Amino acid sequence: MEMMLLLFVLVLSIFLGFELINKVPSTLHTPLMSGANAISGITLVGAILSSGGDSSSITIALGTVAVFLASLNVVGGYLVTNRMLRMFKKK
Amino acid sequence: MILEALQNNTFINLSYIFASVLFIFGLKMLSSPDTAQRGNFVSSLGMLLAVVVTLLSKEIVSFQFILLGLIGGGAVGAIAALRIKMTSMPELVALLNGFGGASSLLVASAELFALTTSNLVAMIAIGIATIIGGVTFSGSLIAFGKLSEIMPGKPYLFIGQKILTGLVILLLLLLLFQFCSRIFFAEILFGFDWINEQYALILLIALSLLLGILLAIPIGGADMPVIIALLNSYSGLAACAAGFVIGNNVLIVAGSLVGASGLILTNIMCKAMNRSLLNVLFAGFGATDSSSSSGEGKVQGDVKPINIADSYLILEAASSVLIVPGYGMAVSQAQHSVRELGELLQDNGCEVKYAIHPVAGRMPGHMNVLLAEANVSYDVLVEPQDVNPVMDTIDVCIVIGANDVVNPDAREDESSPIYGMPVIEVDRAKTVFVLKRSMASGFAGIQNSLFFKQNTRMLFGDAKESVSGLVSEFKS
Repeated sequence: MEMMLLLFVLVLSIFLGFELINKVPSTLHTPLMSGANAISGITLVGAILSSGGDSSSITIALGTVAVFLASLNVVGGYLVTNRMLRMFKKK
Repeated sequence: MILEALQNNTFINLSYIFASVLFIFGLKMLSSPDTAQRGNFVSSLGMLLAVVVTLLSKEIVSFQFILLGLIGGGAVGAIAALRIKMTSMPELVALLNGFGGASSLLVASAELFALTTSNLVAMIAIGIATIIGGVTFSGSLIAFGKLSEIMPGKPYLFIGQKILTGLVILLLLLLLFQFCSRIFFAEILFGFDWINEQYALILLIALSLLLGILLAIPIGGADMPVIIALLNSYSGLAACAAGFVIGNNVLIVAGSLVGASGLILTNIMCKAMNRSLLNVLFAGFGATDSSSSSGEGKVQGDVKPINIADSYLILEAASSVLIVPGYGMAVSQAQHSVRELGELLQDNGCEVKYAIHPVAGRMPGHMNVLLAEANVSYDVLVEPQDVNPVMDTIDVCIVIGANDVVNPDAREDESSPIYGMPVIEVDRAKTVFVLKRSMASGFAGIQNSLFFKQNTRMLFGDAKESVSGLVSEFKS
């Protein structure tokens, strides 16, 4: 049953995503992409759970590398998006 | 007492829901120029919330490795984000996509080793997260290599490539089936008793990395915007699959939002080239020199070069100018000189607009980022469908390092490989200046009949030097 709930959430959020970003001006294509990319770093949540959990050393090792890469993705993604958006001005 | 309340699963899950809401609002706001910066901030708050409540979770018993990863990764990410040059943005985006994918792959692998009870759903999720994550990672690395010119940007094709790609996909599916069903054919057929999930996982990782490479190498430079947008989508889907692995809704919501937005961008890019995604992925566009068969005999007429002094005289008299930038502007980093020229023209009483084709450059929105960096106001940037109807009223079009996106063959020559692609119809303007290094054809080896038109003048040389030359003519 839990599986069905997860699938339900998946299908609804895909539709939501298509509705949400349907009309985006081309000016914002790059920031939208890098901002979305930062969001995909949400896998950091899973990485933290593996890295700090009470489990085998291989899980912890893999989890720690995952935490490293995901935080790089998250921090780098948000900062670079912000840096770009600061430049987008109407004068 | 308070800590216990915070560690409560209900609290954590409610926070995840709130984080998802912040992501949704953030993305919504990111799609409009006035709210984009706040949107990015809102979405980063969502991320912070999700990470903090996860750290509070009871499942976490030690923090040293988490902190190591968080601080190390965060620091590298921050340094890269703050120091990167705007012209290198496509490479950075490609690399970040790849790291997201790799992280999802590792989360899935870590979960396999932590799995206590075998469970079909978890195995399917691990398998799929591994495949998408692996393809995203190696595909992004290849894209990074091509964009940063560590690797040649040309499409790389070899005989039997499609067959090999198909074979790898087939093997992956077979392996995925074995992985989930735990029926290992090799064990049954050959008695390899060492084959278990862990070995199968390693094989799965190796094959998906190979698939990512095979999918990315046939993509040529000008098709990069499509593949970057697609890899962006994959990085979201990988996170989404990782969400199924650990049974976490916030990963599924956030991942599928990214997956959807990446697909929308991919679709916009394909439409802008009038090609299907399959054609972009597998045709290896531009690998064959199509001009040698159809182009040379057909293109007639003389190329009319012009020098800076004469161009200045024409520009000085113009009352409307349209600037059309392309990848060449990025290569010669001419954006600042271009902005200066635009301002001088405006001071001269001329109306200046910039026409940006969606696939100009190496990633979606590449030209917009460069012009924004050079301080060009975004309301003077126009899209092809807005400027084409009024093209006849424009005095001068200045094409800076763009080629295929202004090629009139897309409208006139049915035999051209890019026939049907929506282009910026610069040849309808009264005069066209084409700033170009030499007469070498564009990425696809497609001849551009624009260069031979009656109203076209070629201004040969480095784009930045030519534009700077015009700027100093205006100033003197």
